[in-house]
Formats: sequence, structure tokens, C-alpha cells
Amino acid sequence: MVWVNALIQGILVGGFYALFACGLSLLFGVMGIINLAHGDLAVIAAFVALTLAPAAHVPMVWSFVLVVPLFALGGYVLQRTLLQASLNRSPFTTLLVTFGLSVVIENVLLEVFTSNGQSLNIGTLIADSFNPTTTISVPYLSLVVLVVAVVVLGSLQLFLSRTRTGRMIRAVADDREAAQLSGANYQHLFGIAAAIAFATVALAGLAYGMYTEFSFDAGTANLLFAFEAVVIGGIGSLWGTLVGGIVLGIAQQVGGQINPAYQILAGHLVFLAVLVVRPRGLFGVRAAA
Amino acid sequence: MTGTATPPAESAPVLLEVRNLSAHHGQLPAVRDVSLSLRAGETYAVIGANGAGKSTLLRTLAGLHRPSAGTVRLDGVDVTRLSPERRLQAGIALVPEGRRLFPSLSVHENLLVGTYRARPGPFHLARVHDLFPWMAERRNQKAAALSGGEQQAVALCRALLANPRLLLLDELSLGLAPIIVERIYALLPQLLADGLTVLLVEQDVGQALRVATHLHCLLEGSTTLTGTPDELRQEDLEVAYFGGLHLEPVAPGGAGEEA
Repeated sequence: MVWVNALIQGILVGGFYALFACGLSLLFGVMGIINLAHGDLAVIAAFVALTLAPAAHVPMVWSFVLVVPLFALGGYVLQRTLLQASLNRSPFTTLLVTFGLSVVIENVLLEVFTSNGQSLNIGTLIADSFNPTTTISVPYLSLVVLVVAVVVLGSLQLFLSRTRTGRMIRAVADDREAAQLSGANYQHLFGIAAAIAFATVALAGLAYGMYTEFSFDAGTANLLFAFEAVVIGGIGSLWGTLVGGIVLGIAQQVGGQINPAYQILAGHLVFLAVLVVRPRGLFGVRAAA
Repeated sequence: MTGTATPPAESAPVLLEVRNLSAHHGQLPAVRDVSLSLRAGETYAVIGANGAGKSTLLRTLAGLHRPSAGTVRLDGVDVTRLSPERRLQAGIALVPEGRRLFPSLSVHENLLVGTYRARPGPFHLARVHDLFPWMAERRNQKAAALSGGEQQAVALCRALLANPRLLLLDELSLGLAPIIVERIYALLPQLLADGLTVLLVEQDVGQALRVATHLHCLLEGSTTLTGTPDELRQEDLEVAYFGGLHLEPVAPGGAGEEA
């Protein structure tokens, strides 16, 4: 039964990884941006909620109503300014710029919020769980995050495949010039993709802040998990990202069940194994560079 | 050497006016001081060997390449500084070299992209499906799975769906079997009947002579010869195409075949 529990916990934490990785996958898939500041953005979202929700008298559980639109707007603006300017130079510049952004964000967070651990207080909700047996416990928060991840990834998939704007985003990702020749303003479409990516990373940051204690530098460690989820699932596939997150989550939980010291290691090993056996990832359309 | 196309009346208004256009790839000049003017309803062919600057000229007209000098006017309006997407809305559509379909999109989705910023006009999906019934039957197939000729047809339709006034065609024949090329070029009269003006680039001079009302030869980016197919003598054309050296015309489907 402990293994069943490990499996369930793995799926639950995998939902969080998928939610977290979704924006990373989108930015890379559409613009070719490897966003090294992705994890730090999630941490900003948590700090913004920490500051803004009490000030606006909004219960912390509902903080996403404030933070997500703010992040979407910020994503659009950042893409149209800094990120587009760096893309116009070279992919390497973009990598350096997001790395720089990551350093700046961490230092500003340290300056403003000190290095103290914080958490988003959602009261007793954090402890509520559903217990089908005495050994299995499904925290409602984790379940909600998993459901949110599935809904977000599913809606994003529908948006990209069924709507006019979504189709143009895919067209621009395929061939920017050809899309321009059909009337696409690619900078605006990139902006929309970035807005969506930032909105999802905000959700992931809030989920993280509700799960656990965070401080200014929590982003970097989590960024690695997001990368692993994207690569395991396969670059360019949103459902792949969901599966990748879940595979990573299960690997970590099962590893942790074998020996708590192996938890993170097991995730990395599965990641490396996928890279060796199937470099395209489980559902990938192209090889991980 | 006679073109079969009927030239528009002398009085037809000028649709595209290019003056002293130059474009560079880095330091390298690709188009040098080219001027041309297209009257509405014309089929204007720019010919030239590989590297003559034909594609760069079309890319510059479509807005994908920034000119280093000169102006482009469409119907009297200066479009030289407009982005490709704004030019499309002004009425210039380019079918780029190498088709450039969206490989991960289906046939139908590629066509839908063409309607994204379409102007009002005679082309719509039903019309395209009439022209090429297989595009309706194979609508869900990925564009990457099509043959070269089919891809070219989709690329052409994608541009037509925007209902341009001026259609720029870059090397339609490249890498395609002659029979397929014939079929695609056979559509031109229909397009002209719908009021389109066509500026095409061809390496295949024979093909250009068959369809064009006006020829314009480029050599290393500069204009070497212009005129109607009736006016031009083959000897002059060979010199204009290959330069001063009298080489054996060996290019596939090249200048010599038309004699």
C-alpha cells in the first residue's frame, strides 16, 4: 500500500510540476526562449500575493484573481520590450538576458523581502485531505493543483488548436516570415504567448507558496524540475509536459519511498534515462537540443 | 519568341512603382538600383540566373527585407517602410521561395492562416476547394506530408485567400516536375481575370516567356534588359541573363530552349 501511496503522491506532485513547466514549454515552443528566470517569476508571484492579497482584503486562496492578470500583463510587456529586443539579437543573447533577469530578480527579492522564509497562509485548507484508506491521504490542495494543471493544459491545447489566434501562434512558431506574409504581427502574437506563459507561472508560484515555505532563491531549484518535466514529456507537446511532470513526480516519490535520500536523485535518473533512450522525449516532435 | 498572355491596355493604371531600389545582404549588394513599374492586370516576369537578386527583390517588395535605398509605391502610396503584415493588408502577397508552408499545421489550417487578414475579394475557401478539390478531401493531413507540387498549390492558395491586388510569385517551378509547373501556371489566366496583377520571378526563362506580358532581366542585382516578349531578341536575352560571356546555355530549362 505504501507504493500505491507513493504513486498517488507522485501524480499529485506531478500536476504541480506540469503547471510549473507549462509556461517554460510554451515560451520555448513558440519563441525559442529558454527562460532561465522562469522559476524566479513563480517566486515573484508568491511574494506579490503575500503583499497584495492582505492589502486588498482578498483571502489568500483567491489571490490568483489579482496575481494572474497582473502577470499576464507583465508577460506581454516584458515580451514586447526586453525579450523581443534580445530575440532580435540572438538566441544566446536571450539566454544571457533571462539569466541576468534571474539574478536581478533574486537580489531584488532579497533586498525587499529579506531572506526569511514565507508562506501563503490559506488557513486550515492546507491540512484538509481525503483519506480513502488509513495509509493513503490525498490533500485537497494537491488535488486542486492537479485539476488546475489539467484544466490549464487542456484549455491551452484547445486555444492553440481551435482558435484563430492560437492557430496563428502555431504558424509563427513554425515559420515566422511565412506567417508575417499572411498578415501576422508576430511581435503581438509572441506577446500573447508570453502573457499566457506568465499567467501559468503565476498559478504555479501561488500553488508553490501555498504548499510550502519559500524564500527569494526558491526559483532556481524548481526551475530544474520544470526543465526535466518539459524534456521528459517532449518539447513542443503540452500533453507531453503533463505526462513529463507526472513521470518526474512518480519517480521522485517512488525513489523517496525506497530511501528518502534518493527522492531527488530518482527524478534526475529518470530524466537522464529518457534523454538517453528517447532524446525527443515521450511525446516530443523534435529533439532536445 | 512570343508570349501568349495579352498585355493590359497602355492606359491601365500603374499599380506598383519601384524606384531605384537597392538591397544588401550585410555588405553585399543583392539588388542594385532597380526600377520597374507594373500596370494593373500585367504579368511581369523578373528573370535571371541563380544569385541575380530576384528573390531578394521580391522579399524587399513584400517587406521581409529592408531596402538600403529606393522607394516602393503601391497604387501611389509609399509602402517602403511598411512591415510585411501591413503590406499584405495594403494588397501585396508573396508566395515565397520554397513554399514555406507551416509543417505542423494541417492543409486546412494552412489555408485558414491565409484568411487571417484577408481583404474582401473573389477568393475564399469554397473557391479554393473548387480549384483543388483534393484540398477539401485531405484537409486534415499535415502540410509536411504533401508532395512538392501539392505544397506549392497550397502556398499559392494561402496567398490568394488574402485577396491581394498584387501577387508576387517566387520561383513556382523550383524543384517541381514540368507537368506540375504547367498545371500551376495554367491558373494564371483565371487569376488575371479576377483582377490580380502578377509579378513573378523565374529561373526558367521559357516558362517566363510563355506567361509574361513584360520581362525584366537581372544580372548580379542590376537590370540588364527589359521589354515585352515580342520585342526581345534571344541573343540579347542570353547576354542579359548570363552576362557578357557567351556561355553554352546549359541551365536546366534554361535560356537556350526557347529558340
